[in-house]
Amino acid sequence: MSQQIPVEPRAQVNLVGFNKNDYRGLPSTLCQGCGHNSIASQIIAACYELNIVPENVVKFSGIGCSSKSPTYFLSRSFGFNGLHGRMPSLATGALFADHTVKGMGISGDGDTASIGFGQFKHMVRRNVPMVYIVENNGVYGLTKGQFSATAEVGLSLKHQGVNPYMPVDIAWEALVGNATFVARSFAGDPKQVKELIKAAFSHRGIAVLDIISPCVTFNNQETALHSYAWGKEHEVTIHDVAYVPPAEEITVEYEEGEDKDVTLHDGSHIILKKIGHDHDPTNKTAALRILEESNNCNCLLTGLLYVAPKEPSLIDLYDLPDTALNRLPESRLRPAPETMQQINSMMF
Amino acid sequence: MSMEPSVSASPSPQTETPVVNDFSLTVATVNGSGSQTSNLTIMRAIFRMGVPVSGKNIFPSNIQGLPTWYTIRVSKDGFVARREEHEIVVAMNPASFAQDVKDVVSGGLFLYDDSIKSPIERKDILTYPMPVKKIIRDFNVPSNLRDYTSNMVYVGVVAYLLGIDMQKLCQALEFHFKGKQKAIDLNYGVVDAGYQHAQKTFSPQNRYRVEQMDKTAGLIMTDGNTAAALGSLYSGMQLCAWYPITPASSLAETVLEYVPKLRKDPETGKTTCVVLQTEDELAAIGVAVGAGWGGLRAMTSTSGPGISLMNEYIGLAYYAEVPVVIWDVQRIGPATGMPTRTAQGDLIECAFCSHGDTQQVVLLPGSVNECFEHGWRAFDIAERIQSPVFILSDLDFGMNQWMTEPFRYPDVPMDRGKILWEGDLERLNGDWARYKDVDGDGIPYRTVLGNRHPRSAYFTRGTGHTEQATYSEAPEVWEKNLDRLKKKFEFARQLVPPPVIETTPGAEIGFIAYGSTDSAVQEARHHLAQRGIQTDYMRLRAYPFPAQVGDFIRSHARNYVIELNRDGQMHQLLSLDLPQEVSRLTSLSHLDGLPMTARWIEKAFETQEK
Repeated sequence: MSQQIPVEPRAQVNLVGFNKNDYRGLPSTLCQGCGHNSIASQIIAACYELNIVPENVVKFSGIGCSSKSPTYFLSRSFGFNGLHGRMPSLATGALFADHTVKGMGISGDGDTASIGFGQFKHMVRRNVPMVYIVENNGVYGLTKGQFSATAEVGLSLKHQGVNPYMPVDIAWEALVGNATFVARSFAGDPKQVKELIKAAFSHRGIAVLDIISPCVTFNNQETALHSYAWGKEHEVTIHDVAYVPPAEEITVEYEEGEDKDVTLHDGSHIILKKIGHDHDPTNKTAALRILEESNNCNCLLTGLLYVAPKEPSLIDLYDLPDTALNRLPESRLRPAPETMQQINSMMF
Repeated sequence: MSMEPSVSASPSPQTETPVVNDFSLTVATVNGSGSQTSNLTIMRAIFRMGVPVSGKNIFPSNIQGLPTWYTIRVSKDGFVARREEHEIVVAMNPASFAQDVKDVVSGGLFLYDDSIKSPIERKDILTYPMPVKKIIRDFNVPSNLRDYTSNMVYVGVVAYLLGIDMQKLCQALEFHFKGKQKAIDLNYGVVDAGYQHAQKTFSPQNRYRVEQMDKTAGLIMTDGNTAAALGSLYSGMQLCAWYPITPASSLAETVLEYVPKLRKDPETGKTTCVVLQTEDELAAIGVAVGAGWGGLRAMTSTSGPGISLMNEYIGLAYYAEVPVVIWDVQRIGPATGMPTRTAQGDLIECAFCSHGDTQQVVLLPGSVNECFEHGWRAFDIAERIQSPVFILSDLDFGMNQWMTEPFRYPDVPMDRGKILWEGDLERLNGDWARYKDVDGDGIPYRTVLGNRHPRSAYFTRGTGHTEQATYSEAPEVWEKNLDRLKKKFEFARQLVPPPVIETTPGAEIGFIAYGSTDSAVQEARHHLAQRGIQTDYMRLRAYPFPAQVGDFIRSHARNYVIELNRDGQMHQLLSLDLPQEVSRLTSLSHLDGLPMTARWIEKAFETQEK
């Protein structure tokens, strides 16, 4: 079942001198056609286009099919495949080590919405500076086809019967949890996935990307809400997302009053070209409303739902030195010998 | 305090030969009434009089309303363990009054709030009714402060009856109220009013006296959690993630308190230590493991229930080889247990923490001073062997005040272990493997995130992995890797603090103990020696056991392993580690939530020796 994540063979290099192969990982061991492979390809493309130095990224994941995927991209980046549902805490600690490194977490719907629901909510609430991608397929793949918490009520799965419970909406949970960047996308819409990943990398704070990523083996029936067929049929894009890097001229056609231009933390822009909705992504109430409406009208709403680019991230709340914490020498970490006497004199 | 029947060891009321600096004073109050300040004030004043003293708070898991007892032991010989006798009892709680009357030894002193109208049937004790309400009213204490200050009345009465230096009481209050003059004046005023009242009303007693000595010069008083927090900060610790739990909370809170004072970057004035309160213990250990993996000196502090929750991440840290320091301030378990009662019941849990084949390094501080020392040393060990290091304290250390030598500044530079940065990788031409045993000690080299060398990165996982950190399910790869972890653990025997051994000429019996039972063991040995029974003593300070441990056991036909748990957990560990010596080992263990006493040890020992 081993397959290479498809990337263009060109040896062209980006502004930091890397070609796309420098962003690749090991061959995927996921199923042929898995949505997660498509997302991995878009991560590779986005990092290449963003001119990110691979060593400047650190990858995290939990447990599950999704969480295996960080080995399929960015081999030159540090990575930690942690515990089921507990990647957010791991990442929170690790990101303090060097605040100049960009964090990226890959999780699944089981990892995020079931076992890791608590850690997900608290990561969001603390505004941990990382891109957090949920590869959401409504089903447990590695344990062979059980319902996940994002499975729709009434979904019927082989050996499992009919799901009687209401689903968890990850984008909704992120929004009500005060996430500062929330988007939903669809693995069958790679262009949008890529642009959202780029925007997420430019955000300073938690960037939750809930990406519907079909499981071709266990949950791809045409009527299933996490299938390719259903997604293709029911996807409603809020807007065309175009990412414009910092200090680059905006050449995207832009209609004043119609389209939205959001400036992100690093000076980049997201240009949101209006399609159907006139959605202001800086308005959380509006984001909640269109999300709820789309769920009610049986459609897969994709695009940037919400962004608050100016909120301080968790790490910004600590007054840390500019030098990475993990590079500070003993002379800057261990209190000076003369303090010992003072401390002892403070005891009774 | 009603756990043991009182036995009189005091003079009969008739003889009136004073007992000087050798008795226990127990104060019975209602939890949340502010009596801790009064009790600390008495204890500190006695300490300042040069007399060895210790305090044990036996308190309920409750914010307000349930009975609480505070026992101050005054000991000219320097014994600071819990005793079962109460020579002087101050009864301020109507709910425990009847029991408190029974608990005072024959010939003892019984002070009580005179608003408690219960009858006192005993004729063999001296009784002192204290008109607390009247004194407070006469002193014109503002009504909102009356409850807090009324406990200062007994401080004054106790000072008069026992001969405690009023100036030293004032110094203790100045320390407690951090120089806030208004609070000092008010509280000292009430103490003095209590003293004046006692002087006017009670004839002097000559049964129990506190007299000036010179046995505390140069010592400080502090608690184990403060010592642990400071030790951690002097390690250069960079991240502390924690979740509130009794009796560990004050450890992380003290870290937080001292960060601004001790951990300002000398170059930039910015902070070099992150303290993060997480949503639960699962996250606390996750954050700490993430930070340890990222190259930070990282820790968490918790108690037994927290360790139970942290098991999974600790196993991952062991297997993925991530340094992290875990403080377990033990309380009694299993389950919620008694959150405000002490124990040494987590030893086995920590030594084999997490599923599969795991063995963890466990440090066992035997004093609050060692809480400080192990607090910084643990990071050197953790980073050297790239593995979790536990430090087992307990409630008795963590939350009670102890006399100690002043803290000593770390005597060795920080050991950051085998860590490769860009320059190292340049020299190696990028040729390195994360899990390869290059030096023969089982310890591989590591890189950490932020290293920009193109060959620096590797992928960390809790699944089977090769020397190059790639995924593997090959049986021989698994076995080789786990054997290397074992080798690393064996190597740690040389790194951990060795046991402290005290020998006595002619002794045939060995005592083995660790942690907060040390003071009771020392006292029991003293008593046994007075009866002609000489003992050698080995105080263990870490697991895995250094070589001296086996040597000590082999040199005694009978070794008694003394500890505060039901199952004799250290006895079990020693038996596992030294199976050929099992016949030389006898377990003396018990657990009821209270600190160990010399008397229990002596009785248990004598029963075994019969």
